[in-house]
Amino acid sequence: MATINTSTRSSWLRYFLRRNYRAIIAFGILIMLFVAFLIIYPVRFSDNFFSAWANQGAGLAFTAVGQTLVVLTSGIDLSIGSIFALSNCLASVFLNGDLFHVFLAFILILCAGICCGLVNGIVISYTQIQPIILTIATGAIYYGIALFIRPVTGGSVNEALSDALTYSVFHIPTSLILILATLVLFWVLMKPTRLYIGIYAIGSSEKSAFMSGVRVRQAKIAAYMFSGLFASLGGLFLSLQTLTGDATIGMSYMLNSVAATVIGGTALSGGIGGIFGSVVGSYLLRTLKSIMFFAGIAPMAQPLFEGIVLMCALSIGSIRLLGMKSKIDIFR
Amino acid sequence: MRIARNPIFVSLIGIVVVALVGGIIFPQVFSINYLMQQLQLASFLGIAATGAMLVILIGCIDLSLPWVLTAAAIISSAFSGRGVLISVGVGLLVGLAAGLANGLGAAILRIPSIIWSLAVNFIFLGICVFITGGFMPQGHPTAIIKTIGIGRTLGIPNIVLFWCVLAFYIIMTLSRTRFGRFIYAVGSNERVSFLSGIRTRGIIVTIFVMSGICNALTGIMLSGYSNQAFQAMGDPYLIPAIAAVVIGGTSISGGSGSYVGTIIGVIFITYLSSLLSVLQVPEAGRQIFFGFVIIAMTISYSRRKEER
Repeated sequence: MATINTSTRSSWLRYFLRRNYRAIIAFGILIMLFVAFLIIYPVRFSDNFFSAWANQGAGLAFTAVGQTLVVLTSGIDLSIGSIFALSNCLASVFLNGDLFHVFLAFILILCAGICCGLVNGIVISYTQIQPIILTIATGAIYYGIALFIRPVTGGSVNEALSDALTYSVFHIPTSLILILATLVLFWVLMKPTRLYIGIYAIGSSEKSAFMSGVRVRQAKIAAYMFSGLFASLGGLFLSLQTLTGDATIGMSYMLNSVAATVIGGTALSGGIGGIFGSVVGSYLLRTLKSIMFFAGIAPMAQPLFEGIVLMCALSIGSIRLLGMKSKIDIFR
Repeated sequence: MRIARNPIFVSLIGIVVVALVGGIIFPQVFSINYLMQQLQLASFLGIAATGAMLVILIGCIDLSLPWVLTAAAIISSAFSGRGVLISVGVGLLVGLAAGLANGLGAAILRIPSIIWSLAVNFIFLGICVFITGGFMPQGHPTAIIKTIGIGRTLGIPNIVLFWCVLAFYIIMTLSRTRFGRFIYAVGSNERVSFLSGIRTRGIIVTIFVMSGICNALTGIMLSGYSNQAFQAMGDPYLIPAIAAVVIGGTSISGGSGSYVGTIIGVIFITYLSSLLSVLQVPEAGRQIFFGFVIIAMTISYSRRKEER
């Protein structure tokens, strides 16, 4: 870590590459896949095609960013799918009417997501209960509430808003602008704070973080709260795409958010990684899915292929095992 | 006050409370027939929870339960025309394959089982969709499986007897064999176990295979109980199985827990969900209630740690 202090440009670059090489590799693969997709895709490149592609990954990208913040603290949020589904169902009920009502509904849904995350964070940091068990339990609760709001798929969402946010501006998809704007804003505001450094510190070693004066509880609560917030943003965006509410979509988003986080270079053991990698991971997964769709794989074989791709993506992280000098390092 | 924090004691009190509340509303809850019916339902969850508990004991988790269970049931009943041995054998092979996949990922590739087993779950979902085309699977289970799944001997459901045998085997393995000691050792600290000469990776793979076979068995028996296999038949078993294990006092971080606790947890969960269905609570309310019960009970146990 001594190289950080030397201020020459090349050492800064080396440090940057060393910290982010996983995300950079993922980004390279994403570009290759995108080109492959362009070649396979039957129609010529257009704004519509670009925004359709961007929309497909948007919901997952937001959710994966939320998951990443929790994974960085070496926790996991298995309730993230349920929060996603809950905000989707809330949107299908409230996101309607004139501009004022839409605005109120928007705030309400984000608040619901924040509250769900806060409950997770507060219970995890003030009791000894493990994140896995707690978020499975709260996930059941949030799913129950979503099911209570929407027992069957249905409802409607303001179509003008949907049109405004799912097409493109100056040839750039609105959804991509939204994601990047949200994340850059979040990153610029949070990056220099003690809270954000605390999230990373807890993931590396909770004990050391505590002894170095990191407010462990505060940082944990913040991570889970942001996870809830981003999950509800993802749910909101999906509602704008599908215009309906469905309580049962959570499970697949939960799994994919963890997968996107891992593919984007965040270690499940915490402390390493970042939110932008997870956006890349989400788009990588979604692009692969589209490629499989257009490559002519039988529809009934697609879930199987998706699963195999997911497994291969997860195994990439195991390459690090080859570089371990001592066999003992393999074991926790 | 120490006994009030003992998971088995708390779960037993839970069972008594649920029985009393149920008994006040519906007196027939105390009839022998109702009890046997509940035990029968509990046995399926019990077999599934056995696998979940073993995996949790070594500090991992097996989330591939729902679709391994379903795939075993679907494939086993598809082969029912070729005799019971082949039918059950093929079903168990599905469990074996799932267990190997889970175990190799967790033990050799060192991928956290929480995400790896979810991916395995997804693979088996894919397999089920691929072989059935998404439709209702064909074929019915063999007569012998039906007898085990739904038949009774001397008034006791056969599946309960089956669970008793399995429980005896697991309790003996965990408490009386070297392998059982190794399971607790790996769960407490894998690195130290490895340095003490235990082949930890072999243990992990074996445990995941046992879990896969338990899940497959649950699926096969369930298909005997309902006389058919159907899509997503395993979905309602994942969270109750893990909840039963945790409520029964097994630590989710591994290394401690008793099978007796799991049995009591399974009976508590089954009793509770049957009470909720008797009260005609909708699915949404049930999910919410289950969530609260898991949180309340695990919080009440985890306070033990701070006292030490």
